[in-house]
Amino acid sequence: MGKVMLDVRELTTKYITRFGEDVYAVDHVSLAIEEGRSLGVAGESGCGKSTLALSLMGYYFPPLYYTSGDIIIDDNNISGMDPDEVRKSILGREIAYIPQAALNALNPTQKIIHFIEDVVRAHDPTATKQEIYDMAKGLFESLGLPAEVLQKYAVELSGGMKQRTVIAISVILKPQVLIADEPSSALDVTSQKMVIKMLRNLMDNGYIKAMIFITHELPLLYNVTDDIMVMYAGQIVEKAGAHDAVFDPLHPYSKGLMGSIIVPEEGLRDVKLAAIPGVPPNLKNPPSGCRFAARCKYVRPECRVYSVPLREIGNGRSYRCVISEEELRDIYAREAQENG
Amino acid sequence: MADKRKSCLSGKGVTKVFGFGRTRTVAVNNVDFDFKEGEVISIVGESGSGKTTLAKMLLGLISETEGDIYFQGEKRDISSHGKRKAYWQQIQAIFQDPFASFNIFNKIDSVLLDCINMRGGGRLPYEQKVEMMTEACSFVNLKFEELTNKYPFELSGGQQQRLMIARIFLLKPKILLADEPTSMIDACSRATILDYLLQLRDEVGMTPIFITHDIGLAYYVSDTVYIMEKGVFVESGSADEVILHPKQPYTQRLINDVPKIYEEWDLSTV
Repeated sequence: MGKVMLDVRELTTKYITRFGEDVYAVDHVSLAIEEGRSLGVAGESGCGKSTLALSLMGYYFPPLYYTSGDIIIDDNNISGMDPDEVRKSILGREIAYIPQAALNALNPTQKIIHFIEDVVRAHDPTATKQEIYDMAKGLFESLGLPAEVLQKYAVELSGGMKQRTVIAISVILKPQVLIADEPSSALDVTSQKMVIKMLRNLMDNGYIKAMIFITHELPLLYNVTDDIMVMYAGQIVEKAGAHDAVFDPLHPYSKGLMGSIIVPEEGLRDVKLAAIPGVPPNLKNPPSGCRFAARCKYVRPECRVYSVPLREIGNGRSYRCVISEEELRDIYAREAQENG
Repeated sequence: MADKRKSCLSGKGVTKVFGFGRTRTVAVNNVDFDFKEGEVISIVGESGSGKTTLAKMLLGLISETEGDIYFQGEKRDISSHGKRKAYWQQIQAIFQDPFASFNIFNKIDSVLLDCINMRGGGRLPYEQKVEMMTEACSFVNLKFEELTNKYPFELSGGQQQRLMIARIFLLKPKILLADEPTSMIDACSRATILDYLLQLRDEVGMTPIFITHDIGLAYYVSDTVYIMEKGVFVESGSADEVILHPKQPYTQRLINDVPKIYEEWDLSTV
């Protein structure tokens, strides 16, 4: 078992709306990532994926507030730390973040190298221009980006190139953990593949020690990460290895999600895509029972009354449902039979 | 078999040129096509391949520089306001950018009421109209009670996109041009919407034309796939033929670059 790089225990964070209402977007989330592992976070929009990313970094700026729980990065508990302090000492060095629209993060009036100088000097004011240039050149070349990019302005680069440049810059201070939030969803398939290849490269060459990859695209997640965590309405509903999560999901929501995957592979046309009717609950006043109960095909009376915690079933897997593992498997097997 | 069906929308040498001189760009270059009635068509290409420009020409929103478009076998005539209106009763679209598709001064009720009026339901009692609107919204997982008296910009991107699709259930056009219809919708509601669109094809004989970069989506829904690169159709044919056995290097690359789950995803080829 490798060293735990990021350990999150019962993290709860909330948004306060302008009407003073509390919205718990991340609700008692626990996760641990070991050195050399990557974790994927899946779920539909509004389920709290991006809020989770911000919360993990300790990046609490209104309207997002920290409520309870621990975030331990590399033996360093950052929960409840002042966000400005987090920005100075944690971001970039311990944990790096690639936001959804990373390609808009570059300053159009600066050459890439000047941007990198700013980034490095914010953390290490003594670094000289030559040192920074050599460091950036080495990093870019090892990641398959031409060194000429450093002398260019952001507008001269294509979307995919910008995205890869931002990713390269995000690891320049050698962070332990990288959080990538939909890093490739604005790109076409070829650039997406290059971005994914680069992220894999970062892991393999030890530039980063662990990665969290957030996306709603399951085939992508399956190809990138070791483990997959499915979120629904601010809670984790299932955690499993990538293969198990995609081919053997347990929670009815993950089952529905995996059943709606579209890939251009033989046999897809004969499969009827699963659909989950309805919409997720409003988190301003979430239901007291299971949050998925209103949309669940297998709902039972008790589901609407109380909710169960995540249940560990060994092999690194856990899921949140009142129905037992065997029973769920029975139901799915019967369903598969009925559908031929 | 495909040849026996009536042609519903076809084009010969359709070309669109933007700009002139040094900035001259040929967005769509001399394309021929013949879409049959009731056939599900996908036009697949990467960004900048000219697929949206082609869609706009098919809708008559921009004029073609060269070539002719034929609607139900006859040369399309949209030269006057009345003729255009008649044409748009037959062909409707779902655009990729829902934020730019609604009039911000009109409430959602009026957007949907317009659709009913366009189909000649203007004199129906209001209760019946509400019933129709509620039904159309429920097809796309929206609640009409929550939308009424709201403005389109008060909805999220996904909700706006679904509202646009709800219009189609009221309009029931002959041809539906869907330009990235589900780009902002989650995978799980995507399946529902696609199924309903395909159901409309069976019920009212609608011909859906999907314009997308998502090759998986194209493969799932369509009978015929057209692959577009730099304004030209490089490959076309039945979905199985084009996507499982692509002949052109461009199509092969496109398919190769999509993440898969049953086959190994080869990362070494970029």
